[in-house]
Amino acid sequence: MRETAHAEAAAAGQTAAVGHVVPLRVLVAVWGTLLALTGLTVAAAGVDLGSYNLGVAMLIATAKATLVLLFFMHLRYDRPILAIVFVTALLFVALFVSIALLDSNAYAHQLIPGYGPALPK
Amino acid sequence: MAAGTTGEGTVAGARTHRVAHHFDNAEQQFESGKLGMWIFLATEILLFGGLFCAYAVYRSNHPEVFIYAHRFLDKTLGAINTAVLICSSFTMALAVRAAQLGRRRQLVGLLGATVALAACFLGIKGLEYEKKWKEGLLWGAHFHAKLAPAPPALPQTLPPVPAAAGEERSLIPPAAIGPAGLARPGQPAVAEGPEGPPHDVQVFFAVYFLMTGLHGVHVIIGMALLSWMMVRAGRGEFSPGYLTPVDLTGLYWHLVDLIWIFLFPLLYLIR
Amino acid sequence: MTGIESATGGFGSGGNALGRDNYLNHERGIKSWLLTRDHKRIGVMYLVVILSSFFLGGIFAELIRTKLLTPGNSALMKADTYNQMFTLHGAIMIFLFVIPGIPASLGNFVLPLMLGAKDVAFPRLNLASFYLWVGGATLALVSMVTGAVDTGWTFYTPYSTTTNTNVILMVAGVFVLGFSSIFTGLNFVVTIHKLRPAGMTWFRMPLFLWGIYGTAIIQIMATPVLGITLLLLIAERALGIGIFDPALGGDPVLFQHFFWFYSHPAVYIMILPAMGVISELVSVFSRKHIFGYTFIAMSSIAIAVLSFLVWGHHMFVAGQSTLSSMIFSFLTFMVAIPSAVKVFNWLATMYKGSIWLATPMLYVLSFLFLFGIGGLTGLFLGALAVDVHLHDTYFVVAHFHYVMFGGTVIAFLGGLHYWWPKMFGRMYSEFWGRIGALLVFVGFNTTFFTQFVMGSHGAPRRSYHYQPQFEAYHRLSTIGAYILGVGFVVIAVYLIHSLLRGRPAPANPWGGATLEWQASSPPPHDNFASTPAVGDPYDVEAWTWDGAVGGFVRRTPAEQPAGS
Ligand code: HEM
Ligand SMILES: [Cu+2]
Repeated sequence: MRETAHAEAAAAGQTAAVGHVVPLRVLVAVWGTLLALTGLTVAAAGVDLGSYNLGVAMLIATAKATLVLLFFMHLRYDRPILAIVFVTALLFVALFVSIALLDSNAYAHQLIPGYGPALPK
Repeated sequence: MAAGTTGEGTVAGARTHRVAHHFDNAEQQFESGKLGMWIFLATEILLFGGLFCAYAVYRSNHPEVFIYAHRFLDKTLGAINTAVLICSSFTMALAVRAAQLGRRRQLVGLLGATVALAACFLGIKGLEYEKKWKEGLLWGAHFHAKLAPAPPALPQTLPPVPAAAGEERSLIPPAAIGPAGLARPGQPAVAEGPEGPPHDVQVFFAVYFLMTGLHGVHVIIGMALLSWMMVRAGRGEFSPGYLTPVDLTGLYWHLVDLIWIFLFPLLYLIR
Repeated sequence: MTGIESATGGFGSGGNALGRDNYLNHERGIKSWLLTRDHKRIGVMYLVVILSSFFLGGIFAELIRTKLLTPGNSALMKADTYNQMFTLHGAIMIFLFVIPGIPASLGNFVLPLMLGAKDVAFPRLNLASFYLWVGGATLALVSMVTGAVDTGWTFYTPYSTTTNTNVILMVAGVFVLGFSSIFTGLNFVVTIHKLRPAGMTWFRMPLFLWGIYGTAIIQIMATPVLGITLLLLIAERALGIGIFDPALGGDPVLFQHFFWFYSHPAVYIMILPAMGVISELVSVFSRKHIFGYTFIAMSSIAIAVLSFLVWGHHMFVAGQSTLSSMIFSFLTFMVAIPSAVKVFNWLATMYKGSIWLATPMLYVLSFLFLFGIGGLTGLFLGALAVDVHLHDTYFVVAHFHYVMFGGTVIAFLGGLHYWWPKMFGRMYSEFWGRIGALLVFVGFNTTFFTQFVMGSHGAPRRSYHYQPQFEAYHRLSTIGAYILGVGFVVIAVYLIHSLLRGRPAPANPWGGATLEWQASSPPPHDNFASTPAVGDPYDVEAWTWDGAVGGFVRRTPAEQPAGS
């Protein structure tokens, strides 16, 4: 991958660029795919898949995010440490969300729905 | 990983006069800037993570509220906005490429396009907010939309607060509304009737405004940064050997896009 | 390299640079300080403001303790004032003093020096962090005079959303302070990753840097969650957003999850740098190579990660589900393991060393004793059934003071005395140093050990009135607090005296083998006259006292006695 991109940069008459130059057609392809996936997720939301709707929507969103990260944000070409930093952050979010969810689900039945004395009448 | 190893495909003849005294070379400086930026992005992820957590907790505990209330959001506008942000990410990626290839005019143009798309996003968002505002579909205490049939009445009285004796009473004037709300024994949780709207619809709008609001603030900051980059690019401050500010602004902008990619299905496309 | 040269960094006799160009006199004028990007100057500025906060928080503490001499109403302060007083004490001590404490002041000063670098990766960001601290502190101080908060430093909802004190301003201040902390951590991580000179491999880094690195991980990954928590609290008060307000359909227990997801890891932001300081000092003052380098280094990282898994132990009686309580209780016990790994390695370092009871070492010994008690009582609190009894009693107060004061503050003092000659080029009075350390140790135990006893008898914390049966304990505790106060006055006096009149310090007064001792005291603007030679950071036995130099010098291989 590095080689081809290098070649392209060289072809453009530049060899001294800092960082990796992503080939134009890769960027265009990613852009197109992102738009297509947006369409897909809207369409999928129109189909009743029961409890799978959320999963499908998240799967598509994750695919889109991955494309942005790898190509627009250059992770595909950068040092692994940057991806490690990012994934670590995601893991901590996952930890936080999952434990808070686990706990609040366990006591949720003790809350009174609609008990809102501060709501405007 | 030791400093000084030069990765392939990176700097060679970078301009050196921009290297600060404590760096060995431009590559070390560029890589440091990038690592710093990614760490900053990690903190942004965790900042939004808190809101995603609130979302998950309320959605999982009140699914009926989310299913009911999300219908008030405009799916079409949301989808258009998603596309707008994706396009702005694309122009941003092209802008970084233009900077790397030393095409100054292209760089300025692409940054301008990115700002324009961001403004477009905010405009559409503003339209949506205005509609919610008019209909009273707001958060917490400000929610006043008329949702036909009202939910069954609930006890609205609080148990009397026992009067404290003597000096122990607080001299700070009491608040208008005291803390209240956890279950008391003997009060069954009231289920939603099939005919009326569910309880606590305002919670969805609190989550909606918090998430899109914080995201919107990030868009505004992004626009400011992008405009500043445009000015600097116009002055010819960047070159293939020195484009760290453009690159880092790009990373930030892509993250703003990334977060929206998740907000869109989570808020607009609930089923 | 000959002994003298390496000992003095090529600066001639003794390596003292007070009369020559050094970072303190490199540029002159107040502006050259306020706009400096030199990590050493920023470290010194942090030291000044952080010690001032400590002083302010200390005044509040003495006032609180004075009130508690008697169980009933007091002419000194009303009950409301008392609530505001302990809140301000806690908030100042935690957010203004201990959290930035060691990393921002000592860390800023020595991190690049220890690494052999010229500065941190982002000097401008470093200065920005400092000013964010100043901005946050200003907001907090303004909130103090415009309706001081009475919620406790934990800002629990729903009380914090309903009290009529100035919560928004205080919380905004803490939010800004959080950013200061994040940027400091970010700067240090990038510096450690990218600015290590050739030869400085990960496992040649001094353990203090591992401690700072672990701290930075927590600062980066936890502080943003505090940020969003505080933003939500502001939104709650200013806009009535309702996320944490049960009266609007929100969930106040969720606030505690948010708060402790940051604040438990935050206690390791406080203690990890302290552990790093101890790792340096224990080897130098035992004149012996550190024992178990890799274990100490790795346990810092293990602590950083594990610290994220135990926040629910603050919520055992807050309505948290039994399942989560059980999980959190179990994990709380796990987190003691890496802490114990460190303690045992320090003890093994001291074993058969020639222990030198200089002032910094007295603080190390205090630390080991006090942190041992603090950590072990944490295990009592982590046990579910026991915590139901002990929660919100003085036992908890004693526990966290033993770890935060007995651990972090004591290590901070140890580090301050250790690096003082390097920072300012002057020695302090060793005699008064030892007296100060002794007073602090005695005063501390008198104050807080009493509280363990009182707490286990059920004395509730954060309470203006108390039952007459606790009066004796409270009296004793207050007397301890006064001894402590005297100890700090002694320390302040001889340190200030040393700044003005102290004996000029040699480059290496303690015989440390880390790189900062190869620079002159105080170091030059660019840290090192020539690139220092990176070696084993704990090869302290290679350094011996040289009366002619007035400091330690490195032995040439020929001089090394066999079997030392
Ligand atoms: C061996 C390690 C530790 C264990 C097992 C532990 C355990 C605990 C537990 C279970 C509590 C909750 C008590 C209650 O509220 O009922 C607690 C409170 C506390 N701990 Fe620790 N702890 C440890 C280390 C530390 C350290 C290193 C620090 C700070 C440097 C610290 C600071 C605190 C603070 C500030 C509180 C009280 C918070 C409040 O409610 O205001 N702890 N600890
Ligand atoms: Cu804790």
